[in-house]
Amino acid sequence: MRTVIFPAHFDQLDAIRRFVTQAARDVGLAEKDVCAVEMAVDEACSNIIEHAYRSSKGVIECTCECADDALTVVLRDYAAPFDPANVPPPDLSDDLEERKIGGLGVYLMRQLMDEIHYETDATTGNVLTMVKRRGGEE
Amino acid sequence: MEITTQQFKHCDMVNVKGRVDSYTAPQLADALEAINKDGRFKIVIDMNELEYMSSAGFRVLLIGQRNCKHYNRGEIVLARVPKNIYDAFELTGFTPLFKMFDDETSAVGNF
Repeated sequence: MRTVIFPAHFDQLDAIRRFVTQAARDVGLAEKDVCAVEMAVDEACSNIIEHAYRSSKGVIECTCECADDALTVVLRDYAAPFDPANVPPPDLSDDLEERKIGGLGVYLMRQLMDEIHYETDATTGNVLTMVKRRGGEE
Repeated sequence: MEITTQQFKHCDMVNVKGRVDSYTAPQLADALEAINKDGRFKIVIDMNELEYMSSAGFRVLLIGQRNCKHYNRGEIVLARVPKNIYDAFELTGFTPLFKMFDDETSAVGNF
């Protein structure tokens, strides 16, 4: 298990992605699953920075738990709660003019990962847990 | 991320290299807007050297496509879309919104 604490700023996304993709490769995930983890974690952290911390300063604690058959990524923040379950599904219509923008990040997280849990607690912060299993479905 | 733009007679070519995420996506938006401000709306985005794009980049593409297609004055087409990015386009229903070409010549030739 490894944890790195990143400042909650968009300029950290590159470092966060490198941290989780390394863990995903160490678990032995297939390359397409490594890409899935990279994108899901980026989307989750972007949402925490944009919608939870907004413009205030803070941190994201990123923990990677490598098991034999799965990678678990835990993201902890101390901002306002932002539960992905409350984000309405995105508009995926092929009508360019009518299509609403937004909600894609959470949708992608759900599509790309095998499991997503969210817990919020005033003292221990908000905890988003995402699991990608080896050979699991996207 | 690195963006270079090139003006052709019938369209503009935007080459996006590296990684587009919430941090870098505004630069891509600026590049597309700068072309639009010149009164040019036919754009090829060459993704050959694009390594990664998050939904922040998708949003920029969607808004850009809307601006370019307005009044039928043009459109954004994509060239050499990497497999991992194409897969994410498919998941998010983006594939019907953009013409995609396997090489830049045919993308430019579309205009």
